[in-house]
Amino acid sequence: MMQQSKVGTMGSRMPAAATPLIEVHDITKVYGEGPSAVEALRGVSLTIFHGEFVAIMGPSGSGKSTFMHLLGCLDRPTSGSYRLAGQEVSGLTRDQLAAIRSRQIGFVFQSFNLLARTSALENVELPMLYAGVAQKARDERAHTLLEQVGLGERMNHRPNELSGGQQQRVAIARALANDAPLLMADEPTGNLDSTSSVEIMTLFRNLNRDQGITVVVVTHATDIAAWSNRIVTFRDGLIIDDRPTREAFPGSAGGAGAPDLERQEASS
Amino acid sequence: MSFIVLVRTAWKALQRNISRSLLTMLGIIIGVGAVISSMAIGSGAQAAVLKAIESLGANLVIITPGSITSGGVSLGSGAKTTLTLDDVAAIANNVPEVGAVCPYSQTSAQVVAGSANWYTVIGGTTPPWLEVGNWSVAQGTFFSNQDVNRVTKVAVLGSTVASNLFPAGGAVGSTIVIKSVPFRVLGVLVSKGQTGFGRDQDDVIIVPITTHKERLTGQTYINTIMISASAPETVAGVIDATERLLRLEHHLTPVDPDDFTIRNIANVQQVRMATASTQALLLAAVAVVSLVVGGIGIMNIMLVSVTERTREIGLRMAVGARGRDILLQFFIEALTMACAGGVIGIGLGVGISVLVSKLGNWPTVITGFSIFLGFASAAFTGVVFGFYPARRAAALDPIEALRYE
Repeated sequence: MMQQSKVGTMGSRMPAAATPLIEVHDITKVYGEGPSAVEALRGVSLTIFHGEFVAIMGPSGSGKSTFMHLLGCLDRPTSGSYRLAGQEVSGLTRDQLAAIRSRQIGFVFQSFNLLARTSALENVELPMLYAGVAQKARDERAHTLLEQVGLGERMNHRPNELSGGQQQRVAIARALANDAPLLMADEPTGNLDSTSSVEIMTLFRNLNRDQGITVVVVTHATDIAAWSNRIVTFRDGLIIDDRPTREAFPGSAGGAGAPDLERQEASS
Repeated sequence: MSFIVLVRTAWKALQRNISRSLLTMLGIIIGVGAVISSMAIGSGAQAAVLKAIESLGANLVIITPGSITSGGVSLGSGAKTTLTLDDVAAIANNVPEVGAVCPYSQTSAQVVAGSANWYTVIGGTTPPWLEVGNWSVAQGTFFSNQDVNRVTKVAVLGSTVASNLFPAGGAVGSTIVIKSVPFRVLGVLVSKGQTGFGRDQDDVIIVPITTHKERLTGQTYINTIMISASAPETVAGVIDATERLLRLEHHLTPVDPDDFTIRNIANVQQVRMATASTQALLLAAVAVVSLVVGGIGIMNIMLVSVTERTREIGLRMAVGARGRDILLQFFIEALTMACAGGVIGIGLGVGISVLVSKLGNWPTVITGFSIFLGFASAAFTGVVFGFYPARRAAALDPIEALRYE
């Protein structure tokens, strides 16, 4: 079953396919019940196409994290519809959602979330273990990915032997392990210095530009959001703004690589 | 996720904190050790009993006078007689299917031979004793019926006595002194070794029953009558016939109780078996208690581990682990810990068993079944107590788990 979905996934990687990758329609999320219930999302609709590089912005409590969890199939909406690569996922069971995450979504977290005392190679292999990929294929794929993120020399290093930027690159390699068409990053540079931040964002941009991987980055930092092509802003559980990055930040290249930060780093 | 990967992951998780893992396993280790050693002691006793029955013969029937000989109070008011040589003759002549019958009386004395002396058991009997007790003579001869009739002062030595009184050999034909009475040594018995319970069967001197009575003890009665039935199947018949005959011989009326006790060797050993199984039962209780405690220990540590690794669980779920993948991971971890404890426990149990048989002089036998049972009980404990923490891990919400600090 999962093998089949992999084939579908590979096909859907192609940009400009007929169906959007993400189609969210009037989604709500309510935590708790009765008078103490909290409405985290109050009817959000959003469409993201293959190959987009979207930044989701907004202050704390705006609902952007909740939205991210729903997009990442870590949680289910209270109401509304969510179609991922044409498949309705809002009513799926926990295990079905796990299968979707395994094949369709790669996660990158602020705190890297690498397994301690486990080599970079084994960390990258982890998603493939759950997807049932054979040992040899796992090994080859993990090697390729680590080389791709520039860690070919450090495959057997453990997280505590790597810098923050390197750890995040291992995490990105892990997110790519199962050929997911969608990469979700939650404050991916939140724990990194500016040099490493540029490295990581460059990696995202290249993956987006060269391999057509759809990237959704949740951030509250404008210099990070500036790397995207499109900025979606949340406030009070609603989308209040959704426009191309070059409109949001006039003067930036808008996806061609951001800009100020990169220039600053380059010149320093 | 393949089973091998799961076991390897579990093993790695346990290695992360070796001392904690070992302490957690302690209950299981003790439990399995107790299982193994209790079974070793139980089956050791059983084997010893079987060996004893084998060496004495399952056909052996023992008659002792009264039921309270040690108290010295006669129970039967009309019974003036206890066991006599006449009873022995009557049994030999009247009870069918008796293979051999002999009297046996016993006393202890210091025995002197030249400059050597030795404290040992002096048994008085008749020649059929050889057949009844499964004995044979290694050197020289046994005494004859004529020696019994003539109250000859002759003796046959057990091999232990012979080697202690005559370290240089040459026992046969020598003279030994028992209670100031000189005896001529006719022969030396073959060595039978220890009983299953550590008594040296060769530490004995056998003399004619008549000599025993008249020269050594002055008893008019005899301690025991030993009968060897012709076959194991005839034992019950022999006991029955002997009881009727002795009641007649002792002039007991139908209302009188027996003034003697007839037992089969199997009955005697049953008492010892019961003792052994009491010991084994006690250890088994220790085993159960410590397995339960050990299981709770594993459950406790697994719950701690689930809490400590909440973020890891969340991450695994985010990259596609299903509930059952997580369940299996923690379940196998608990199971691995229990099984590792089981293996160490088997080592401990074997060690205890060896020690008990070496120091405690108690026979122990370690069977493949006891090792299997020890391991199985460890694994079972792991299954029972590993399930709940594993289920809790699997039921975690991925978002909550990822956010957990």
